[in-house]
Amino acid sequence: MKTEQRKASAPVDVCSSERFPGVSITTADPKGVDAGAHFMDGDHAIAEGGLAAGCRFFAGYPITPSTETAERFAERAPEVGAMFIQMEDEIASIAALIGGAWGGQKVMTVTCGPGFSLMTENIGLACMTETPMVIANVQRAGPSTGSPTLTAQQDMMQAKWGPHGDNLMIALSPDSPQECFDLTVEAFNLSEYYRVPVIILTDETVGHMHEKVVVPPADQIKVLPRNNYSGPVEECRPYKFNSKGGNPMVRAGDGYNFHITGLVHNEKGYPAANAAQGKVVVTHLMEKINSNADKIIRLDEDQVDGADVVVVSYGITSRIAVKAIQDARKEGMKVGSLRMITIWPFCEKRIRELAGKVKAFVVPEINYGQMVLEVERCAGGRSKVISVNHCGGAVHDPEVILDAIRKANK
Amino acid sequence: MSTDIEKFKAGSPMSSVLRMDRMPHIWCPGCGIGSEVNSFAEAVKRSGVDPKKIVVVSGIGCTGRVAGYVNFDSIHATHGRAVAVATGVKLANPDLTVVVFSGEGDLAGIGGNHLIHAARRNMDLIVICNNNFTYGMTGGQVTPTTPGTASASTTPYGNYEYPFSLPLLMDACGATYIARWTSMHSRNVTQSIEEALARKGFSFIEIISPCPTLYLRRNRLGDGVDQLQNYQDNSILKHGADTRETAIDYQGKIVVGKFVERNKPTYLEASDKCAVKLIGDDYQLYGKTLPEREAEEKAEKERTAARRAAALAEEAAQESAAAAPKAAAKKAPAKKAAAPKKAAAKAPAKKAAAKAPAKKAAAPKKTAAKAPAKKAAAKTAPKAVKKPAAKPAAKAKAAPKKTRK
Repeated sequence: MKTEQRKASAPVDVCSSERFPGVSITTADPKGVDAGAHFMDGDHAIAEGGLAAGCRFFAGYPITPSTETAERFAERAPEVGAMFIQMEDEIASIAALIGGAWGGQKVMTVTCGPGFSLMTENIGLACMTETPMVIANVQRAGPSTGSPTLTAQQDMMQAKWGPHGDNLMIALSPDSPQECFDLTVEAFNLSEYYRVPVIILTDETVGHMHEKVVVPPADQIKVLPRNNYSGPVEECRPYKFNSKGGNPMVRAGDGYNFHITGLVHNEKGYPAANAAQGKVVVTHLMEKINSNADKIIRLDEDQVDGADVVVVSYGITSRIAVKAIQDARKEGMKVGSLRMITIWPFCEKRIRELAGKVKAFVVPEINYGQMVLEVERCAGGRSKVISVNHCGGAVHDPEVILDAIRKANK
Repeated sequence: MSTDIEKFKAGSPMSSVLRMDRMPHIWCPGCGIGSEVNSFAEAVKRSGVDPKKIVVVSGIGCTGRVAGYVNFDSIHATHGRAVAVATGVKLANPDLTVVVFSGEGDLAGIGGNHLIHAARRNMDLIVICNNNFTYGMTGGQVTPTTPGTASASTTPYGNYEYPFSLPLLMDACGATYIARWTSMHSRNVTQSIEEALARKGFSFIEIISPCPTLYLRRNRLGDGVDQLQNYQDNSILKHGADTRETAIDYQGKIVVGKFVERNKPTYLEASDKCAVKLIGDDYQLYGKTLPEREAEEKAEKERTAARRAAALAEEAAQESAAAAPKAAAKKAPAKKAAAPKKAAAKAPAKKAAAKAPAKKAAAPKKTAAKAPAKKAAAKTAPKAVKKPAAKPAAKAKAAPKKTRK
């Protein structure tokens, strides 16, 4: 099943015009693509994914266990013709990304919990100004400084609720170095299309795990190039509040004299801080994600239909769960696996469909119970929901998950 | 009223560089920010730099609103992060001229870390710092530069912190151009910004400026124009001054001038050099080799010089055209001639421009900056303007301190 999982995510056309209507789709610039089979860790694969997707600007700050991504990008930048800068802190890093994105580049950074917390305010600015960027959060055990070298999945809710005010981001969770590469490319495509920060919520284990990573040749990697406005000056609007993706960016230096602000603004980008305009802006920020959730969300399902128990998992925990699911099936239980590739927006519709049909959802995760809250909300009391939590610092013992499945099946 | 505004918008000599559709601005009468923006706009026009290639980044606060009023690509960032955002813009497209325009609380308080590191890296940015010793937007709190025992809303019994001297800080961090003026020195501010626009590297221009609504009122220092008089009386011009001797005491002497101008490779030049050493002449940044970029830069430099020459020629033509009516005005009663002077010194061009035709407005402004503003104004300013300035000052002297809670 482990190999089936790999296969399930790879050949799907995740960059089709059905998924990203109304914009041009091209193949990757070969300069950033180090094609071939590599033995590399997840952190390095994230850097390679960024370069392949056309990212040419990286600003970051060292923090365990994510630093290897920055190191890889710094090493590769000169040959690719990209810019790497180590900023003075994570706040500066994310601020530089906002500048870099409006300066015309695809931009990315990497961090983990403490740095992610520092970035939060300006992630809000990026949401508000609809600035595309990719932020990888290689999660480590918290709270606070926690256990810097040990794994966790404790920032799941932070990636949704971190910035103050109402705004939505997209978050993806890779379960392997290969997916670190694949999902980083996808993250850039989603980010460019919806003009929103996309978070890669991986973890220390995947980040530091060395596996085979196949980087396809450039002509097999589909990317969304930056969609820059090029029409008449007087019609230039940095924003369109239409609850849609595919709105063009405006690039500094092109003569459009754009203005962007974190204040509530009108389509010209000028401040218009009042309740009526606030409604327009917030509705757009929320609905461009919510109303396109079906297009954004990707799940990796295995024997879910007809199952009595469905294990809902993501990231490294989904790979631990495989062992428990296999053992449970050997014991004769009908167990399905629902692996969330997309964390945010949450796969609400699917859980609602399954609620009432399955006896129980089992939700293992390396935190005190975060995504389980979403599963509970969507199950609405129609199916049992069993949390298999973990305080971080290690992955689950599969036996614990198996016990939960047994309990759920009763 | 609205027709006045429309007339001003149409006739302003700055209409090409300011966003007239956003006027009137939010700044108080007597605030220095407006005249600083005017100086900036004038410097841009004179510099010959392609306006399309200018990006202005501001943080949060009164000065943070500058980005919204200038007709360039502009970013109104979060509090303190303007320099970091500007760093991103510059590195993403080295062809751009990136200017940070923000206040001292934003730049040296919450954003101090970014300021010192951008200076250390010799990042190719121009940082214009409006220093009014107060957090204006939030109601007059103490800042990292509030001098001596000045009162602020969060130091109601007087300030007891040690302030930054920003030129000294920037010097220590390696800034390659450092100047300080007050908002009375409009022409010098313009000149410094012009110099910064023409050079590479990290340029820091501090402008000491009055906040009549909060700092001046709270400390009973009169109106904006009274503070301009203070700047006139207490500024000491000292080009090349030792930055260790640029500290500002409460209502004390203010050393102004161009303190530092030195050359060293910028961040981009240094990173290019490193990459070329590694990869050779094939090295490309964003798809362009270094010689290609250098050739483009050289061509742009020539175009800039041509535009600058044209701008200066046009200015000279305007000045000679304005000279005739100006000579006539000298003979006329003093009242008429001085009124626009006062307005120009006190507030951004708005009032002056609304009253006088565009060409005239430019000329008296310059004289206002040079001449002691108060003397000219005190004699002749219309009553309506003078009264609010004088009244609180007189009251302040009489009122015992304990009336404040």
